Amino acid sequence: MFLDLRQIRKAFGSFTALQDINLGIQKGEFVCFLGPSGCGKTTLLRIIAGLELQTAGQVFQAGRDISLLPPALRDYGIVFQSYALFPNLSVFDNVSYGLVNRKTPRAEIRQRVTDLVKLVGLPGSEAKFPGQLSGGQQQRIALARALATSPGLLLIDEPLSALDALERVRLRQEIRSLQQELGVTTIMVTHDQEEALSLADRIVVMNHGVIEQVGTPVDIYREPASPFVADFVGKVNVLGANRVNGRLQLGRFSLPGHAHNNGPVKAYLRPEDVLAQPIAPGDAHVFDARIEKIDFLGAYCHVVVSSWSLDEHRLTVYLALNFLSEQSLQVGSQLQLKLLPERIKVF
Amino acid sequence: MVAPPAAIAVNQQFHWIDRLAHVLLALVAIILLYFVALPLAAILVQALQSGSGEFIWLANFVAYAQTPALLGSLWNSLWVSGLVTLIVLPLAFTFAYALSRSCMPYKALFRGITLVPLLAPSLLAAISLIYWFGNQGVLKGWLQSIGFDEIYGAPGVVLAECIAVFPHTLMILVTALSMSDARLFEAADAMGTTAVRKFFTITLPGAKYGLISAAMVTFTLVITDFGIPKVIGGNFNVLATDVFKLVIGQQDFAKGAVVAILLLTPAVLSFAVDNYVSRRQTAMLTARAIPYSAKPSPLFDRLMTLYCAIIALLVLAMLGMAVFASFATFWPYNLTPSLRHYTLGLLDAEVGVAFFNSLKMAAGTALFGTALVFVGAYLLEKTKGMDGLRALVRLLAVIPMAVPGLVLGLGYIFFFNAPANPLGGLYHTLTLLTVCTIVHFYTTGHLTAVTALKALDSEFESVSASLKVPFYKTFWRVTLPVCTPALVDMARYFFINAMTTISAVVFLYSPETKVASIAILNLDEAGEMGAAAAMAVLIGLSSTVATLFFMLLAWWVHRRTQAWRV
Repeated sequence: MFLDLRQIRKAFGSFTALQDINLGIQKGEFVCFLGPSGCGKTTLLRIIAGLELQTAGQVFQAGRDISLLPPALRDYGIVFQSYALFPNLSVFDNVSYGLVNRKTPRAEIRQRVTDLVKLVGLPGSEAKFPGQLSGGQQQRIALARALATSPGLLLIDEPLSALDALERVRLRQEIRSLQQELGVTTIMVTHDQEEALSLADRIVVMNHGVIEQVGTPVDIYREPASPFVADFVGKVNVLGANRVNGRLQLGRFSLPGHAHNNGPVKAYLRPEDVLAQPIAPGDAHVFDARIEKIDFLGAYCHVVVSSWSLDEHRLTVYLALNFLSEQSLQVGSQLQLKLLPERIKVF
Repeated sequence: MVAPPAAIAVNQQFHWIDRLAHVLLALVAIILLYFVALPLAAILVQALQSGSGEFIWLANFVAYAQTPALLGSLWNSLWVSGLVTLIVLPLAFTFAYALSRSCMPYKALFRGITLVPLLAPSLLAAISLIYWFGNQGVLKGWLQSIGFDEIYGAPGVVLAECIAVFPHTLMILVTALSMSDARLFEAADAMGTTAVRKFFTITLPGAKYGLISAAMVTFTLVITDFGIPKVIGGNFNVLATDVFKLVIGQQDFAKGAVVAILLLTPAVLSFAVDNYVSRRQTAMLTARAIPYSAKPSPLFDRLMTLYCAIIALLVLAMLGMAVFASFATFWPYNLTPSLRHYTLGLLDAEVGVAFFNSLKMAAGTALFGTALVFVGAYLLEKTKGMDGLRALVRLLAVIPMAVPGLVLGLGYIFFFNAPANPLGGLYHTLTLLTVCTIVHFYTTGHLTAVTALKALDSEFESVSASLKVPFYKTFWRVTLPVCTPALVDMARYFFINAMTTISAVVFLYSPETKVASIAILNLDEAGEMGAAAAMAVLIGLSSTVATLFFMLLAWWVHRRTQAWRV
């Protein structure tokens, strides 16, 4: 285990910000801490950086106990949400800031800075001041500065939240390919699930100071361990259901299940797991539904339907715009839909 | 519920370089304890002791209350300060209103003229009044025609204080009135509200806290001022002149300390109110407020121009008379301009040396004061650890704001004149005068520095630590260059106040270390009014030159270090 967090707890006065955090991170992994604001993800990052001191627990990095070490004695590079570039220093001086202090020869520094700014896609910008760069460019320079000293661990705190949508996607891909190229172990904090899903090798979903689930993006999405994860990552329909003798009673459907105890439960069903096509005659779990509302979002529309088969529960499904127009469907139209029962999560 | 794990005391280790920051912080704490806290404690001790050093509880206060003459001074101080506040507040409010809420022309000029008196000692107003209305004054007849026998005494003190505090009151009110939300006025207009109603429902409530704060500051400045009552008060005694007579004249330290504590009361009260008020004021205005900009209104604008012109003329008359009198060969008989007062009155009388002492002290205050205050603020804001000490330094840094100069000076005598004090040798030296002045104006500089430091990204230090760069390198390469405009501002503030201050240093000088502002008082006592005026003009002139110098420096610094601001 390259980075090992054991029993981390953090309290601010009577407020418990983090509790029972146990987490191992492999060398070269890209891990995202994902959660709503106030869930403790940034606090955890700052504890790893030594900028915040845990109330209890231990942190090991590369086999060394770093729990009580000051930041200067740890081995990491950090990129903040605010970039924190030194405004009065040029890009060159910013990127070389940590190198100058290590008595690296001048020519070597020059070479390293040239390589780094090229690596982050801003060759030739050495003489500029941060104020002359766009937000995305500043974030790239902050990344170059953090990587300059070749740290063993790269910490990134909400790096994309201040950028516009297009720039965010572009920089996201760049961070990912950069990380793969360098192989540096990376932890990134984000509240944007799309960002986490597209970037991470593993996602750590956090809520109210505890880890809800750790897993690959597909795991997290397909097999959420808790209602919170199912709800927070991706869109989901929550339907009331009943367990009766090992089967799931959902509206008029009786679906196979493997539950032991009977009683009311919640069924979590993703919009894409309700299909409009292909439906072959004789398919199971097909039901009639009526369109209540169509949110036009481009190629795919969010369509709210209701059905007698589901006790008039409302359900959001994704339908292709082309499908809607081919079938000339509009609000009030009837259509057939098919459930994928194996995809239903029950909590 | 899971039982929480057994509490283990977890303390982060510190890098030895961070320890360096702690040592520096401790050093600042020691300096502030020694030069702020202990002198003030000395006053308290003095007030509770008998002449022979026994602890006698409040006996000194009782003795004070049984001295009718001293009680009279208390009453005089109170009513004069109250009256001046009542006169100045509406005058300054109207002026500030004209500056911020009208479309009158020459706003910068009017504002500039009213701020000029800040460049000279406050008693310049008193000297000038004597030339206008004194025994040989130009307009003495006017004064008598409205029923006053002479300017010396209460009328002179009230009038001179009004002129002297006007710029201070004005600055607070301009700030208060400039914080306004245009959207409120637009909403009121949309509902067809009259101008008068808008004034009473939006403007006045919005400026309420500024008005309270301005009133408190005005009252405190007047009640603690020493120079004006000394020069124009005649036999009219107030608390500030009492302190001086008791301590320097009668060597009655105990009663002097009692009066000092009386003077401290309004200052501390005003400080507390101001603190409360400024917190309320910032909460009122959201970041999304749109600043108000006045629309032209010919009649109102003309009225405001007229009003401001009258005030500006009065200020100019005051300043002009002092300058004119300083050049008049022999008032009132020979008014031909000459340099007699400057050459004969100052240079030949060997008071010129006081002027150079002042320059030395002001330069020292600007240099060392700025350095100490900025380093202290930096250590407070940007380093970590030693939280107890940090809270102490934070407190000691704002205390000077609540201590009138006269009280501080008195504390310095009691503390540094005591035989047991290891630094007693500093007493009467220019060094102690400089230190006392730095402490006197510490808080304003501190607040300027804190504001500048808070504007910096709080993660700079974290980034440096992650790059293993020691904090002092980041201080030198980033923090200091980015904050240089604020540093120039602080230095200018220290310099000008050191040139013009009287109250803090009046107890501490010796004949060799007399400063210019004190020399004015001495010249006035010796009847050398012309030379006194000349000295006041010299101080004003050097403050002006210094201001211009600092403006130039700010411009140069801006070009050198702020090229990155785009």
